[in-house]
This record gives sequence, structure tokens and C-alpha cells, in this order.
Amino acid sequence: MTPSAHTAVGIVGVTKRYGDYVALRDLSLEISDNEFFTLLGPSGCGKTTLLRVIAGFEEISAGSIFLYGEDIGALPPNKRHVNTVFQQYALFPHMTVLENVLFGLRRLGVAEDNARKQGFEALELVQMSGLQDRLPAQLSGGQQQRVALARALAPRPKVLLLDEPLSALDLKLRQAVRLELKQIQHETGITFVFVTHDQEEALTISDRIAVMNEGVLQQVGESREIYESPSNSFVASFIGETNLLPVRDLRVDGARATCLLPGGVQFSFPAEGGASAGEGLLSIRPERLSLTSPQEGLLNGEVVDHIYLGTDVHVVIAVAGTLSLTARVQNDGAASIPDLGARVGVMLEAGAVRLLRN
Amino acid sequence: MAEQETQEQSSGEPSGERGIYEGLAYYLMAPAWVTLFVFLVVPLGIMLVYSFLTKEFRGGVIWEFSLAAYDQFFFDRGLFGDEPARIEWTYIGIFWRSLWQAGLATLLCLLLGFPTAFVIATRSGRWKFVWLFLITIPYWVNLLIRTISMKFLIRDNGPLNEWLLAIGVLDKPLHLINTDFAIQLGLFYSYLPFMVLPIYASIERYNFALSEAAADLYASRWYTLRRVIFPLVKPGVVAGCILVFVPSLGAFLAPDLLGGAKKFMIGSLIEEQFKGNIGNWPFGAAASMLLLSLVLVMLTCYALSQSRARR
Ligand SMILES: Nc1ncnc2c1ncn2[C@@H]1O[C@H](COP(=O)(O)OP(=O)(O)OP(=O)(O)O)[C@@H](O)[C@H]1O
Ligand SMILES: [Mg+2]
Repeated sequence: MTPSAHTAVGIVGVTKRYGDYVALRDLSLEISDNEFFTLLGPSGCGKTTLLRVIAGFEEISAGSIFLYGEDIGALPPNKRHVNTVFQQYALFPHMTVLENVLFGLRRLGVAEDNARKQGFEALELVQMSGLQDRLPAQLSGGQQQRVALARALAPRPKVLLLDEPLSALDLKLRQAVRLELKQIQHETGITFVFVTHDQEEALTISDRIAVMNEGVLQQVGESREIYESPSNSFVASFIGETNLLPVRDLRVDGARATCLLPGGVQFSFPAEGGASAGEGLLSIRPERLSLTSPQEGLLNGEVVDHIYLGTDVHVVIAVAGTLSLTARVQNDGAASIPDLGARVGVMLEAGAVRLLRN
Repeated sequence: MAEQETQEQSSGEPSGERGIYEGLAYYLMAPAWVTLFVFLVVPLGIMLVYSFLTKEFRGGVIWEFSLAAYDQFFFDRGLFGDEPARIEWTYIGIFWRSLWQAGLATLLCLLLGFPTAFVIATRSGRWKFVWLFLITIPYWVNLLIRTISMKFLIRDNGPLNEWLLAIGVLDKPLHLINTDFAIQLGLFYSYLPFMVLPIYASIERYNFALSEAAADLYASRWYTLRRVIFPLVKPGVVAGCILVFVPSLGAFLAPDLLGGAKKFMIGSLIEEQFKGNIGNWPFGAAASMLLLSLVLVMLTCYALSQSRARR
């Protein structure tokens, strides 16, 4: 059961309890070498707890943790060759930027000239050269974040843990730093374990994503896989937006499937074989639905709401009174967007519908 | 000085609010200034003046300028004052002894007070206040009564010795009373909370994420304590040391009651000069002024060394 030496971080059956509360439940996960790995989940799902468990700040209640094949479960944080970029940066306020960056190198016993060389390299990597003699209090939030990153990178850890390091930055800066992070990961070849609750951030930056909810791992996969083939309704609705339709009597017949929607509405749609019969949840992304005239639609209903998104508009359609569907329509002038109260038909192509079993 | 460092530690916070109170500052400070002036500056002025007056036998002063008090402190001119002046070591010796005793008491308070404060500050909410309350409970009782109780506890046939004899640790009573150890015990017991409370307050403000960051960057616990925690809580440690050292230096209850009359310290020496009919007011005032100058010189040296270290 021991993960191989090529697995950067191996988490095997880890459970973490705080008293009666279970923060992580029997979690197993393998993070590969040189990977940008993201932990994604809603607030309180245990992302920080998992990072702290890897870093060694929390003792686990059960299971084991491996770093490149070595069992590190019993090692204190200062004996684990991983570094953390803390959510609130936690820079040493009485030390200059350079002293902060050299802290880890000096503790590792790196000779002073080498330490300084590596320290300056790290500062250059995060574009903070020139500010090395400032105190943290004399830096802006974004600059502090960069120093925190340089401080954690300087000792060249095997794995870098980042706990929502971008959450204190404004949107524009966040998008820029996000790309830089990806770049730095690529250049240094260090395995990054990145925590966020921002799904867009996770999708754009990661090689692979682990989605968590209430201490339980929901799905692990590449961005595309997670978005297009969610394994359950939680993942489907947490990543992006989706229409979830509970269905009965699902029958697949060649390239077509039929089923019964709530309220007894018969629904027939193009399917890409393989989907088996029975009950379940259909997940349809709003951008995969298109609007036509009521006669041509697979389903038809009445427009009850518009949600303005800028480049697109979400059109909410009530079908047979009990069901509501959201379609994403491109905002290319008022003409293409049906008025409130208009009757419209809903179309979709093969592959737009995904059946979830739960 | 201590405040200055505290501000630096938290200078990340916006200082905009300060502006609103700027104009009011003088009015808000007025009560403190008036109190300090009436009850500190004026009495000190009186002491200063008295130290340069001539002594009246049986206490009191004659309003005539004289340097006799200071002369008596530093020089020995024989019994009738007609021999050539030699340095008088008695009082300098008492000062030296007092400095040494106060320094030792401060060190003991620090060694025990720091861990105590650390443990209290890291307890969860409710326990913090229970512990702080327990630490301060004895201080609801007057210092004199506490010191007398201590004397009663540690005397040769007191409860401590009786107990130690009863359980067979000793076969004859331990002689504690009228020793330097007893003085240390008294000072330590009297001033420990003045060490614990300011240190507690600064550890309370300390961000423990910094300790985690240090551990994450391969620092041992001991290194983290010395190089991360200690520098950041130093303002509290300095405040605690001053609050223990200064009153220990001038203490007279513990030395008098526990150390016995022979073990003179500055506080007892000064107190002697103002009571009974062997008193010498100008000499007492002069010794007080010398003590005050000594403390001021030491604090100034410390402040200078700090501001130099910062540059
Ligand atoms: N020291 C603790 N004692 C008790 N419960 C805790 C402790 N630390 C965390 N928890 C609980 O564990 C759960 C997971 O917390 P965690 O900090 O890992 O969440 P998170 O996923 O990082 O959330 P966020 O996105 O808000 O940071 C939460 O419900 C939290 O209340
Ligand atoms: Mg968190």
C-alpha cells in the first residue's frame, strides 16, 4: 500500500478528528512529482486541515503520509522537507525581507554565501529584488505575498504548500499572480499543492484538481475531466453551473435516450451510447442548451427570468410549471435574447447530458 | 521606550484614527500630568531640597544649605570629622548589595515568570482568566501582612520546618530566616506578578502562526523561542524586569522582616533615616536622590543601547 518514490505526496487512509468532529474522513490521494495540484472545496471542507496535516502542524488520527516514499507521519514540521505559504503570510515582522527569505536556508545549515545566492534568486523569481532591506510592515499586501512565496521557495522544498495565497489580492492582481505562480512552478519543478475555494482559479491553474466536501474526497482529475465528467452532483454543481434534473425510467435506445422528468414530462434527447437505464440525476451545463422556437425544441417552456452576466445572459425557463432550466445565451444584442413571458423551445446536442447516479 | 517597540510591532495597522484625537490629546492627558506633577515632581523636589539642608537631631531639618548628607554618604572623616577624608564603603556597599539582590530577584522572577506567562497565554479562553485570577489573588492582601506571614512560615520552628522534620527530609530545622535566601524569597514572592502580567500581555498579542512558520522553515522549538518569540515579546519582558527591579531595589519590608535588621539594603537604610529619633532626614533624602539617579542612569543606558542596536 506504500506509494512509490515517484509520488510526491502519498496520503493513505488519513482521518483527522477534532474531538467528535471529523475534519478529514478516510482520505487517500496521490500527488505526483512536479505537478500543480489543487485542493478545491467549499469553506470548512477541510482543505487547510489537509495542508496542515501534510506540513506536520496537525497530528492525524489514522492513516499515513508519505513524502517521496518516506513515511513522514511521525516527523515534526521542522523535519519535513515541505514549505508552506500561509494564508496570512506570517512573515517575521522584526526581520527584513532578506532575513525572512534566508531563515529557512540558514536553519538548513546552508553556507552563508550560498544561502544569500539562493535567497536573492528566490527574490528575483517573485520580482522582489531591490526591496530586500524593507521590513514586512513597509510592504503592500501583494508584496508581502511575494515575500512569503520567496521565503517558502528559497530552501527549495520537495513540495510547496500554498493555502489560498491569492485570497487577499484584488481580482486583476490575482489573475496576474496566478499565471506567475504557474510559471514559477514550471521553472522550479517543485510540486505545488495549492488550496483554493475559487473554482475558476482551480480550473485555470491546475494540472490536476481534488474536489473535497465535508472532509471527504469527491473526485480527482484534470480540469477538463472534472468539469465535463463530474462524478457526482456535488462536483457537478460546485464546479461551474449546471442544471440538475432528477429522472425516472431512463431508457437508452441507440443514439437516443428517453426518460420521465418530474411532473411526468416525457423527455427524449440525443445520447452517446453507454448510459445505462434506471433512475438518476441528469446534469446539463447551461452553455450546452440552446434556444429555438417552441415547435423545434426537445422541451419547451416559458422565460421567467434573465440573469445578466456581461458577455452572456442566463435565461431561466420554466418547463411544465415544476421544472426550471437555465440556458446560457450569448449577449450579442437584444434580438437573440427572448423576452420575459415568451414561449421558447430548448435544444441540445449529443454529449451535453451527463447521467449521475445518486 | 517600551511603548515605542510595541508600536513598531503593530505598525501594519492604519494610523489614520490618531489624527482625530490629536487636538484632544492635551486635554485627555491633563489629569495624568496634574497627578504626576502634584504627587511625583513636587515630592521629588522637596526631597532634592531637603538633601541639601542641615540635619536636626531627632529628625527634621534646619534650613541651612549643607553638603553634609552627600559627604557622609561617600566619605569617612573619623568620629569627630577632623581626620583626612577616606572613602566610606559602608553605604556604597549597601547600594552594591541592593543592586545585586534586586538583580537576582529580577532574574528569578524572569526565569519563573516567563514560562508561567507563556503557559497562561496559551490556555484556551476561560482558563486564561482563571490562572490570571489565581496569580493575582494574594495581592488582595497587604504586602506587610504577606511578608509577616512569610516570616512566620519559614522561621526555625515554623510550619515549613515542622513539616520537613515530620516527613523526615531533615533532622534539624533549616535556618532560613535572616538569610539572603529569605530576602530573595520575599522579593520573588512580592513582585512575581509584575513580571508575569506584562509578559502575559505581550505573549497574548503574539501571532502563533509565526511559530508555525518558523517550524515550517526548519527551526527547532528552542531557536523559535529565542529568535522569533522572544524578540517580539521583548517589550513585555523589559517592562516586567523594570517593574520588578526598581521596587526590589528600594524594598524595605522583605529585607527588614525576612533578612533581619543587620542585612541592610537601600530601602531599609532610607527608611531608618525617617523614623524614630536616630533619623537623619537630609541623609535619607540624599540616599534617595542617589538611588533615583542610579536607576535613571541605568534606564538611559538601556534606552541608548537599544536605539543604537536598531540602527
Ligand atoms: N482546531 C480545530 N478544532 C476544531 N475544529 C476545527 C479546528 N480546525 C478546523 N476545524 C474544523 O474543521 C473543518 C475544516 O476546517 P478547515 O480550516 O480545514 O477548512 P477549509 O476547507 O480550509 O475552509 P476555508 O476555505 O474556509 O479556509 C471546519 O469545520 C473547522 O470548523
Ligand atoms: Mg482554509
